[in-house]
Amino acid sequence: MTIRQVSIFIENQSGTLQKVLELIKRSQIQIIASTIADTADYGIYRIICNEPDRACLELKEAGVAVTISNVFAVELDNRPGGAADVVARFSEAGVGITYMYAFVIEGRGILIFRTNQVEEAEKVIAANGLHALTESELPLQY
Amino acid sequence: MYTPDPSSPYFNPELETLSAEGLRALQSERLQQTVRRCMNAPFYQKKFAELGITPEDITSVDDVSKLPFTTKDDLREYYPFGFSCVPLRDCVRLHSSSGTTGNPTVVLHTQADLDAWAEAVARCLWMVGARPDDVFQNSAGYGMFTAGLGFQYGAERVGMLTVPAAAGNTLRQIKFIRDFGTSVLHAIPSYASRIYEVMNEQGVDPRRDTKLRVLCIGAEPHSEEQRRRIEENLGVKAYNSYGISEMMGPGVAFECQEQNGLHIWEDYFIVEIVDPVTLKPVPDGQLGELVLTTLRREAMPLLRYRTRDLTRILPGECPCGRHHVRLARLQGRSDDMIILKGVNIFPIQIEKILLQFKEIGTDYLITLETREGEGDVMNVDVEVNNVFTDDYATLQRLEREITRQLRDEILITPRVRLVPKGTLPVSDEKKAVRVRDLRKLF
Repeated sequence: MTIRQVSIFIENQSGTLQKVLELIKRSQIQIIASTIADTADYGIYRIICNEPDRACLELKEAGVAVTISNVFAVELDNRPGGAADVVARFSEAGVGITYMYAFVIEGRGILIFRTNQVEEAEKVIAANGLHALTESELPLQY
Repeated sequence: MYTPDPSSPYFNPELETLSAEGLRALQSERLQQTVRRCMNAPFYQKKFAELGITPEDITSVDDVSKLPFTTKDDLREYYPFGFSCVPLRDCVRLHSSSGTTGNPTVVLHTQADLDAWAEAVARCLWMVGARPDDVFQNSAGYGMFTAGLGFQYGAERVGMLTVPAAAGNTLRQIKFIRDFGTSVLHAIPSYASRIYEVMNEQGVDPRRDTKLRVLCIGAEPHSEEQRRRIEENLGVKAYNSYGISEMMGPGVAFECQEQNGLHIWEDYFIVEIVDPVTLKPVPDGQLGELVLTTLRREAMPLLRYRTRDLTRILPGECPCGRHHVRLARLQGRSDDMIILKGVNIFPIQIEKILLQFKEIGTDYLITLETREGEGDVMNVDVEVNNVFTDDYATLQRLEREITRQLRDEILITPRVRLVPKGTLPVSDEKKAVRVRDLRKLF
């Protein structure tokens, strides 16, 4: 029920993000969604892409600190409060969300989040008739 | 013990002004005693047997070159009491160095050793103008750090009212300086600058509001320009101090009022300057490693101890009337020891801690820099490796844990930074650069 996300450790310095993006471009990997937060010295650049395993391998070979983690990609109703209603289902069930970001693709809102309570989250999804995307459902455009 | 004459420029006129020939004769006599005494120590018994020499082979100071060298590693290997030449019940004090890898080094003292140490420090303080009417404040750390108790007993031996303020709490230091009328202060150079900064913030004018006139500085590299600036700021004369805990601590060598080189007490030590690679003596005036043989120690005499400090002997006579040779300001180390805020740190100590964390790579970079208001600080950059977790909280915990363990080891809190792989500098031969010293010597 989860999809793979590529997480890259980067230094908070001009040029480092560009270097990583250049590597991804050279590998002909398509980024679908990405997010980065800032801390004083470093950041974790998180990417949903079409070939996470190959992205990870190629970045590793280029000497980048990178890891794969599993995240949920839940489809949202296209209306105000769509995200609030989904998140409410998880918090009611006591499922903690470590981080979250969202994007819209082909008119559909997708909420990406990570939790340490994977099994409980899966139960919430099933019980509430939510739709968690699999990797094959990710919209790819070539 | 005698009472020094306050009108004399010398604390101990007889020994301080002894002629060069007189010093040599005294050294020859004391070296023979020292060598005989060393035969009580397991380390020297073994060394003498290996070299096939006996104490009878040593008849003058010129024979010092026949003696074995002693290193810090030897002290560690024979930890804790393998260098002791007297029964432990005859010892009254133990000092141990913190900033080393593996076993610490231990230095034992009899009461006579402590008295001799106090006199060495007293001579130094007297030499720079301290007298019984002065008030002495010591901002060095007490405990195992020899500059605490070392200066304490020396200042008391001069007869000064002595304030063991110890390290830190700058506002309190300044209050003591003002309220107690401190006229002679001991501080590491960066801390002396800090005291001045805080005085400025508090609207305290050291010339107007304090009686400070003499400052003893040491234990930290500093330039002549930095000394002049501290003197100008605080309205004092600042004198360079050289100490080494294996020899006792402070009091080994000190500048006189000429401020041109540090007299080393040759009735306490035989001074050699050797090439750190060949271990052959270098001519006077040439840079080399300082090697010292103790002449007045009972509990733990040391023969040809390699200090790892690089210096040279200044040729010629000093106008102050002392014939004890002068060492130039120290020029660095023949090993990779870092001296930060008076604390000795070896990069291997840091490496040892870092290797315990599987989340980080084996490369690291230590950067020493001078920061406004903080003085000299240490940054430790470590590379995150491929098993890092996708979680800020975990990374921050990792940083904190590395910092905590490093602090426990080196007694200074470094700033630990996680950096991506491959970003640490590599020098020409693909050998990683481990230490960068960007400290401003002003």
